Amino acid sequence: MPFIPHTQEDERAMLAAIGADSIETLFDEIPAELLAKGLVDVPDGLNEMAIARIMHQHAAGDGMPLCFIGAGAYEHHIPAAVWEIAGRGEFYSAYTPYQAEASQGSLQVLYEYQTMIASLTGMDATNASLYDGASGLAEAVLMAVRANRKSKSRRVLMPMTVHPAYRKVVQTLVRNQGVELVELDYSGSGNIEPEYLQRYNGEDFAALVIPQPNFFGVLEEVDALTDWAHANNMLAIGLVNPTALAVLSPPGEWGQHGADIAVGEGQPLGIPLSSGGPYFGFIACKQAHLRQLPGRIVGRTVDLDGRTGYTLTLQAREQHIRRAKATSNICSNQGLMVTAATIYMALVGVEGLARVAHACHANTHALVERLLQIEGVEQVFCSPYFHEVVLRIGQPVAEVLRALAVQDILGGYDLTADYPELGQALLVCATETRTVDDIERYAQNLERILSRRKEGPICSKLRPKEGTI
Amino acid sequence: MLIFEYSRPGRCNAAQSPGSTQAYADIPERFRRKQPPLLPAVSELDAVRHYTRLSQKNFSIDTHFYPLGSCTMKYNPRACHTLASLPALLSRHPQAPTASHGQGVLACLYDLQEILKSVTGMAGCSLTPAAGAQGEFAGVAMIRAYHDARGDTARREILVPDAAHGTNPATAVMCGYEAREIPTDEHGDVDLTALKEAVGPQTAGIMLTNPSTLGVFERQITAIAKIVHGVGGLLYYDGANLNAILGKVKPGAMGFDVVHLNLHKTFSTPHGGGGPGAGPVVVAERLLPFLPIPLVGYDGHEYRWLSEEDCPQSIGRLSAHAGNVGILLRAYIYARMLGAEGMERVADYATLNANYLMARLQEAGFSLAFPKRRATHEFIVSLKNEARDWGVTARDVGKRLLDYGFHAPTTYFPLLVPECLLIEPTETESKQTLDAFVEAMIAIRREAQESPELLTGAPYSMPVKRLDDVKAARELDLIWQPTA
Amino acid sequence: MSNVPAELKYAKTHEWVRDEGDGTVTVGITEHAQDLLGDMVFVELPEVGVVLAKGQDCAVVESVKAASDIYAPLAGEVTAVNEAVSDSPELLNKEPYGEGWLFRMRPANAAELGNLFDAAGYASVVAEEEN
Repeated sequence: MPFIPHTQEDERAMLAAIGADSIETLFDEIPAELLAKGLVDVPDGLNEMAIARIMHQHAAGDGMPLCFIGAGAYEHHIPAAVWEIAGRGEFYSAYTPYQAEASQGSLQVLYEYQTMIASLTGMDATNASLYDGASGLAEAVLMAVRANRKSKSRRVLMPMTVHPAYRKVVQTLVRNQGVELVELDYSGSGNIEPEYLQRYNGEDFAALVIPQPNFFGVLEEVDALTDWAHANNMLAIGLVNPTALAVLSPPGEWGQHGADIAVGEGQPLGIPLSSGGPYFGFIACKQAHLRQLPGRIVGRTVDLDGRTGYTLTLQAREQHIRRAKATSNICSNQGLMVTAATIYMALVGVEGLARVAHACHANTHALVERLLQIEGVEQVFCSPYFHEVVLRIGQPVAEVLRALAVQDILGGYDLTADYPELGQALLVCATETRTVDDIERYAQNLERILSRRKEGPICSKLRPKEGTI
Repeated sequence: MLIFEYSRPGRCNAAQSPGSTQAYADIPERFRRKQPPLLPAVSELDAVRHYTRLSQKNFSIDTHFYPLGSCTMKYNPRACHTLASLPALLSRHPQAPTASHGQGVLACLYDLQEILKSVTGMAGCSLTPAAGAQGEFAGVAMIRAYHDARGDTARREILVPDAAHGTNPATAVMCGYEAREIPTDEHGDVDLTALKEAVGPQTAGIMLTNPSTLGVFERQITAIAKIVHGVGGLLYYDGANLNAILGKVKPGAMGFDVVHLNLHKTFSTPHGGGGPGAGPVVVAERLLPFLPIPLVGYDGHEYRWLSEEDCPQSIGRLSAHAGNVGILLRAYIYARMLGAEGMERVADYATLNANYLMARLQEAGFSLAFPKRRATHEFIVSLKNEARDWGVTARDVGKRLLDYGFHAPTTYFPLLVPECLLIEPTETESKQTLDAFVEAMIAIRREAQESPELLTGAPYSMPVKRLDDVKAARELDLIWQPTA
Repeated sequence: MSNVPAELKYAKTHEWVRDEGDGTVTVGITEHAQDLLGDMVFVELPEVGVVLAKGQDCAVVESVKAASDIYAPLAGEVTAVNEAVSDSPELLNKEPYGEGWLFRMRPANAAELGNLFDAAGYASVVAEEEN
């Protein structure tokens, strides 16, 4: 029996101690008509060797293509030590640190994590993580609606330069509480024009979401946007990339008073891409809004002998105590991911993270310069960017990306469904993991595909990973 | 010591970062950071040593027994971790094309959907919720979407038993409903009379855990389903305790319309010190159109994500991509290793272990909350008498257990039972481990009688003694500040 | 049995009310209530000037393990709040009937005061709960 240690002798002795004839007897309180006839549709069990073979086959089939997609998930170098340590059983198989004395390892890691995130974002306080950046943004929106003392509005300004999937997730999570998202258009520069906001002057909103960098990779005029929000009695929510924060101004310092809440996707900090999860969301805020933070928070205290120790605190905000009046229903968060992120930030360090940020920017710059040499490729927005850029390629993006995939190259994120007004546009990204050779390989393939297509139709039923076009 | 205290200006971990440090000529000054963040500047060895030492200050499944009620702390097979961590699986971008670079992972997820449907006796499955609480949100949001789609918009209440997890009422509120509590009778079952009085045209649904959080099987579940369905409400099954009935009773057979599963409980994915979890939802026929997206579809040739166009009535997306895929893969590997027969045995041995522990502890003089009932996969001991006679609390006993090398059971939940210990051994613990736990409980009970101060001062052998959580909450210290 | 001062009035939800004789009343929580909740760590007070309905939740007191709503024992306007308990929530534990008061209000109808429990009435409420 997989993972069940009982011998027949154990079973007999245990039943005798209970005073039952058989294990079946132990289920005698369950009405007989409810009992299942067995799990007919579940396959037979496999030993470790057999399941390993299956998983290796699946993994081999998915391959390891050369990736130029970002769009909210970024391939970064992860130091070997990060998951060597985060994967230790003592972290991996530990429970939520409710028994503080037996969880000092996890708790201290969380305290260090909180310190790092608060500093990266320039905020006063943060929690021990949320599920991901998108659901984190939803929590930030709900938090702003609760925390804004100057406005009772349940409307929030949501720019179209926020990741389209994030906007959908926020909609799912806040709609039932009567919170309304009002879409904010972008300018020809690919960001929010501060002057454009004047049309909303005097209107009642709880908050303005400010992405930095935005979904197009473009930098927003965060100072002007934050000050405008505050002048109109809104809270400012900064949606930020943690790698970028090594070099970009932190939300806590935006404008005259700083943003009120900072939130984002933690995946770039040592978390593998893994088809989209598990990642983690971070959220941080100014002191005034601390009690509106959702989720677990760790505090430093002392033990009976006066020695320093760590424990979960402010738990009266949470569902297990506050029940229907909790700040959120969140219980489990993404603890192990945060452990890895903390180790990542420690290993890479203050200078290393800045170097990673710079290398991402420099590589994306090199990628764009190279791709712009190809006939028919143009840059859509001529604005400062971090590590993503929107390109228009003049031919159907979906087909071009498919042709690139055949060459084992993931050429970018297709923007045509979310932003049809941009034409045949795609979003490209080159992190610090891309080399000059990688960029050249992409460029040469793209060039060949685009020129071939101009000459005539290509086979629409390309089979994966076979030959060249 | 904190990692920051190892930090020395100028120390850089050259092996872990790209070499260049040239300036960002094309990023205008106004966007740039003025002061570097407070991240450590430490050597790789310093960091490795620091975090390895911190790991040694933790209890974990790999090192200790956790009889933690309602949490199902079973063994997390290493194969699940290793095989879900194959390089191609870890490095796959969420937007990688599924046709050319994703058939492997999607096949696993599709099979997992099918397995979860079978185990629960339901018609459809979405794997996307990132944790139990998000699964609950999805479930109640689907209930709401179902009523709304029928133009039935006057329903405003979700019923929850008073013993329910706090996430239940919190979820109801997040879905725009009011939570109304239903009392429990003296045997731990839902008070049917109170339920009949509470239901009406305002009832959107009821959220139940079965077995309940009181460690007993809700025997009147069929009657409850009839009452709630009778007024047009739907039944929500909180899968927190599914381990007790895995392969024995399918929630679908009990009349439930929607179920969330905690894969980090029943399907043995790691707790990771508080997550990540995974909280897939499975639904009956009538809720199929409302499942959160993306789902994995299969046409006999190719697996693909089903999204807005395929599921126009979906409640929508819950995460930017597809939920905690890496955790779902672990659950899939675990499910395949167990197979049908292995799964059916989970409930058998989880229940055997719980009833054995319950019998032994009762024999040792502990009071049971429901002595006339069978234990399910868990049961409750009440230390009311010990508290009255010797001045020791459930918390004290829990802390003293740490000194004996056992994690504390769940204390003070459910709130209904005074000084309660909710004990769940799981099927992966041996009789020998359970016997050692009983011996520890007997020894602690003797200590409580003879020298209660030993318990109120516990623990003594942990990295710290009992922590001052009042100070932690009154004098908040949430981030480290360097001293000048 | 905890201290239940005879000169005060009480609500079933464990608030006490003192008639200040100037058209205002002072509100706090009883010694029994603070004992149930344990060491206080946070108090959220109503805003001065807010008009409360009788029974409306208007403040929150938190201990490490619990959070409890405070309900307005009477209808009326909040005229003052005790900022000292925001800084030192332990005052609720130390002096629930003194320095640990929560807020003052001007009742809309002073006669309502008569509908609250007297000390003996409240003591029997507590005794009943304990059973």
